[in-house]
This record gives sequence, structure tokens and C-alpha cells, in this order.
Amino acid sequence: MKSLELWLAIAVMVLASSGGDVLTSSAMKRIGDLGELRARKGVLAVIGTIFTERHFLLALCCFTVGFFSLLTALSWGDLSLVAPASASLTFIVSAFMAKYFLKEDVDQRRWISAVLVCVGVVLLAM
Amino acid sequence: MNIRKYLVLLAVMCFGSIGDALLSRGMKQLGAIDLHHWQEIIRPIGNPWVLVGILCLTVFFASYLTALSFADLSYVLPATALGYVLVTMIAKFVFHENVSVLRWLGVLLISCGVGWVTRGPALTERRRESVPMQEEQHEIA
Repeated sequence: MKSLELWLAIAVMVLASSGGDVLTSSAMKRIGDLGELRARKGVLAVIGTIFTERHFLLALCCFTVGFFSLLTALSWGDLSLVAPASASLTFIVSAFMAKYFLKEDVDQRRWISAVLVCVGVVLLAM
Repeated sequence: MNIRKYLVLLAVMCFGSIGDALLSRGMKQLGAIDLHHWQEIIRPIGNPWVLVGILCLTVFFASYLTALSFADLSYVLPATALGYVLVTMIAKFVFHENVSVLRWLGVLLISCGVGWVTRGPALTERRRESVPMQEEQHEIA
């Protein structure tokens, strides 16, 4: 039963984190290179620009859900399982979301990598 | 890519892994969270290990934002994949968790998958394409 709850917490974390990743990526692409922006306008302007970006604020909501799911999962399972499993699955789900929401070109090479990562996650859970 | 940008990616990898490890240490001290008492989910924030973990994850997040501002999501995620290896090392040698041969093999396969994807040319090709979000912004401007 605890195992089912652990994987449920990991699933919630993966979906929330991937959604947050995609929204953050979208927000940062709209803002542009933070290094250049900081050089031109200073750190405060960078912070102000980021925290007024709509997609970033939505991403924060997703990351908050993901963070508390991570805390919960870590209290139920080993770090060596929770961290690689959630991070790897996030990579795969993020690839799906990047393809459909960010219109990234996810080619054969990327899907092969996704399968390798999936098998790796299964092995980590054994 | 210059040295500054590689350092940003290194910071994403290190602070993310160390932050996760510190959170794990703190949560193990506190014990399992009971789903019937949701207010308990706030309690870990008072734990020093969790607090330092949150600090590390804050630095991780700032580095992550910076990385995403100059590179694609599909580049940043794989580029920080060595964090899996680092986390397993920390779990094994610092927290003395049991990491079996199969789990090591899993880490190896994940690293292979990530290494394979980072050799792809998708980043450059995607950057040449127009990004719908940027077009929308230009229209507003």
C-alpha cells in the first residue's frame, strides 16, 4: 500500500514538474538571456521581469505542487529511488510536453533515449 | 556556449542534487507524513536539514532559470543528467543507503539515454525556427 502511495506521489510530482518546466522554458524564451538583461538593466530589473511574466507565475504554482509531492515521496521512499525515478520520468514527460506545447522537434534519437531512461527507471525501482 | 554558461549548468546539477540529498536527510529525521493530517506537510520547513536543502534548491532554481534563458529545455534537462550519478553517490556514501547492482545499472542506462540525446542537433535547428511565444510578444510590441 505504501508503495502505491509512493508512486502516486511520484506521478503527481512528475506531472507538476514537467508542466512547470514547460511553462518556465516558455517564460524564459519570452524574456531572453538573463545574463544580457542583467548587464543592461541590473539584477532588480531581472527579478522584476521574471516575477511579472505570466507563464512563470503559472510555473511556480506547478513547482509548488511538485515540491510538496517530492517532500511526501522522500518521507516514504529512499532518495536513491525517488530522485532518479522522478527526475527521469520528468525528462520523458517533459519531452512529450515540449513536443506538443513548445513545438520542439523530438526526433527518433530522443525517443530512443526516452526508452533507455524508462528501462533505467524500472531497474532503479527493483 | 562559453565558460559562464557551462558553470551555470554545473550549478544546476550540483545544487539540485545536494538540495535533494539534504531534503531527504531532513525528511528521514521527521518520519512519514500522515495523509490524514495535512497540516503536517508544513512541519518539515522548521527542520535545519530541510531549510538548508531549500536554500540549495533556491540557488538551483536561479541557475535553472538562467540556463533556460540561453538554452532549450531539451538541452538543459539532459545536460544536468550527471545529477543522477551524484545523487546515487551521496545516497550510497553519505547516507549509507542500500544501492543494488540493478540500481547502478539503472543509473548507467539513464546516463546513456541522456548522453545519447545530448549528441543530437535539435537545439540548433529549433533555435532557427520562430518561437510562437516570441512572435506573439513582437505583435504586442
